[in-house]
Amino acid sequence: MEDAIQIQNLNFQYAENSGVVFKDFNLNIATGERFGLLGPNGAGKTTLMNLMTGVLQSKSGSIKLLGKNIEEDKEVKKLFGFVPQHHSFYQELSPAENLEFFGAWAGLNRKEIKERTKELLAMLGLSNVADKPVSKFSGGMKNRVNLAIGVIHRPKILFLDEPTTGVDVQTRHAIVDYLKELNKNGTTLIYTSHHLAEAESLCTKVALIDEGKIIAQNDLHTLLREHKQEGLEGLFLNLTGRSYRDS
Amino acid sequence: MYKLYTAILKELRIMLRDKAALAVMFLMPVLLVVVITSIQNSSLKMINNNTVPMLVCNRDGGESSLQFIEALQKIGMFDLQKIDSALIDKQLTDSMHAHDALIAVVVPQGFSSALNSKSQNITGKALTEFGMLVKTKQDTIIKEAPPVTMYYNPVLQESFRLSVNGALKSAQQFTENRAVLQALYLSMSNKKLPDSLEQQILNNKSIINQIPTAKDGSRKIPNATQHNVPAWTIFAMFFIVVSLSTNVVKEKISGSFIRLKTLPTSFILNLAAKQITYIIVTLAQVLVIFSLGIFLFPHIALPKLVLPENSGSLFLVSVVCGWCAVSYGILIGVYAKSMEQAIGFGAVSVVILAAIGGIVVPSFAMPESLHLLMKISPLHWCMEAFNTLFLENGYFKNVLFSLVPILLITAAMQFAAVAGLRKHRLV
Repeated sequence: MEDAIQIQNLNFQYAENSGVVFKDFNLNIATGERFGLLGPNGAGKTTLMNLMTGVLQSKSGSIKLLGKNIEEDKEVKKLFGFVPQHHSFYQELSPAENLEFFGAWAGLNRKEIKERTKELLAMLGLSNVADKPVSKFSGGMKNRVNLAIGVIHRPKILFLDEPTTGVDVQTRHAIVDYLKELNKNGTTLIYTSHHLAEAESLCTKVALIDEGKIIAQNDLHTLLREHKQEGLEGLFLNLTGRSYRDS
Repeated sequence: MYKLYTAILKELRIMLRDKAALAVMFLMPVLLVVVITSIQNSSLKMINNNTVPMLVCNRDGGESSLQFIEALQKIGMFDLQKIDSALIDKQLTDSMHAHDALIAVVVPQGFSSALNSKSQNITGKALTEFGMLVKTKQDTIIKEAPPVTMYYNPVLQESFRLSVNGALKSAQQFTENRAVLQALYLSMSNKKLPDSLEQQILNNKSIINQIPTAKDGSRKIPNATQHNVPAWTIFAMFFIVVSLSTNVVKEKISGSFIRLKTLPTSFILNLAAKQITYIIVTLAQVLVIFSLGIFLFPHIALPKLVLPENSGSLFLVSVVCGWCAVSYGILIGVYAKSMEQAIGFGAVSVVILAAIGGIVVPSFAMPESLHLLMKISPLHWCMEAFNTLFLENGYFKNVLFSLVPILLITAAMQFAAVAGLRKHRLV
């Protein structure tokens, strides 16, 4: 089966005189995975996600999503969805109005948007607040709206940048359960988080990334066995050390 | 088309839910246009229709001084109130404040005798020139009358003070002419100049016609409404930078711009939707403010706004000016790093551009040093375009002269905005 993500010899730096973030970077993610991209602050996780979604452009190398080059093939944007870490939507609008706008921009027609909005709001427990402005919602509700926007067009690949930041336990479980359900239906998940217990519960495979390099990559159980660790947190500290990374 | 429709709908919904922004966009300009037109209209009325209180202190008391005061009265600009001639200067200024008079005139002692002496001298010289009098060896020097003094309240506008000064000179000239004429007649005929003849000679009944010349040849008289309504409409259009720039900054900060970049739709469509929505808003502002001028102003004793006959050009000018204002709002939004920065810089810069652009002070009254600066203000060119239509009843070809600079400034702002978005990796 074709890889969901295929990154070859990727080179990237923010500006000519700034430090290199990625040098000859390679990564393959198989279709149908729940792939965790983990690492300390400043490791390059968000930059890599921005490169994979076309927000940033690489200096050289290639990034292919289901065989299509992100920088060359305009159709590739229909294949994936993106759930950013921040609430990247319009707080003045209701969930239904946000979904109407983002659905149209994702290429859906009026009828598809209507059906999908109803379905998603019911699945994410937002039906009773469908027409209320999001600005009045709790953090957890906003995260669910953020997620609904990312999946409205039924993407084959879903990028999630810390999708459960700042939410309560109930919402976190609801989101993780929903993501597993999506994955069962064929969506490949590419996920970053600092919440390692959540990553353990969600991911089938993980890559530990530090200073723009992959320092470990495999399915979770093999990695823990190889490094003689009982949990992801121990493995993380063992491989990335205990010193601050963002000071 | 559906994408554009949803984007415009999104912008409209966000805008309509922001009550404070709506007030800034519609209520503030409505209040501005009503208040400023009323103030300007009443000051014009005061100058044109009313007489201005003026105190007269006659320290001379001679015939010529009385004739001077009579001439002043006949000008019709002033409501003369005679005050005690013994008042010293300090008492005089106190009296001005007590009588609520903006001007006081002091006719100095010796005014009449100096004027008589001057007229005798001139008569003598004239008769000598005619050969009716033998020339004396010593040439007499004509002595000027001691100057009349005008005290004025500092609040008096310079233009009005100059017109009072002109009126005083005119009265003094009339008095001098009268004295010379009387002396000349007496010398030649040994008789006093008959009143009827004096009136015929001195009373200048010729009228100066004042006709405004519009580009289409029409002769409508402009007024405070015709000047102020278009001017403050332009100001209102540009003041949308406050809500538009904060809208752009909000989208940048929230990450919506980044999210849109991951979707299979060109980001330019988002910019287009914003521009279309806000151009519609500027046209709504034009409609609201012009409607006030047409329907409300006559009910609050202000002159009715008369729209130019060339409605096609009026629509075009409104759209182009609106587009320019919207481009400025987007430009500020792209470069501002926070909403506070966008609001502060946006509002202050529009006030400055209005001031140097001829909205607050007419462009002809601007100092020479500011003329170059004035030409880089888009509000100046918008004002020129509207003035061409409202005051000069210009045609499309006349308006074009102002539209070209507006379009060039708009293009420069659009280019700079897209460059800024690229720099911030938002497109």
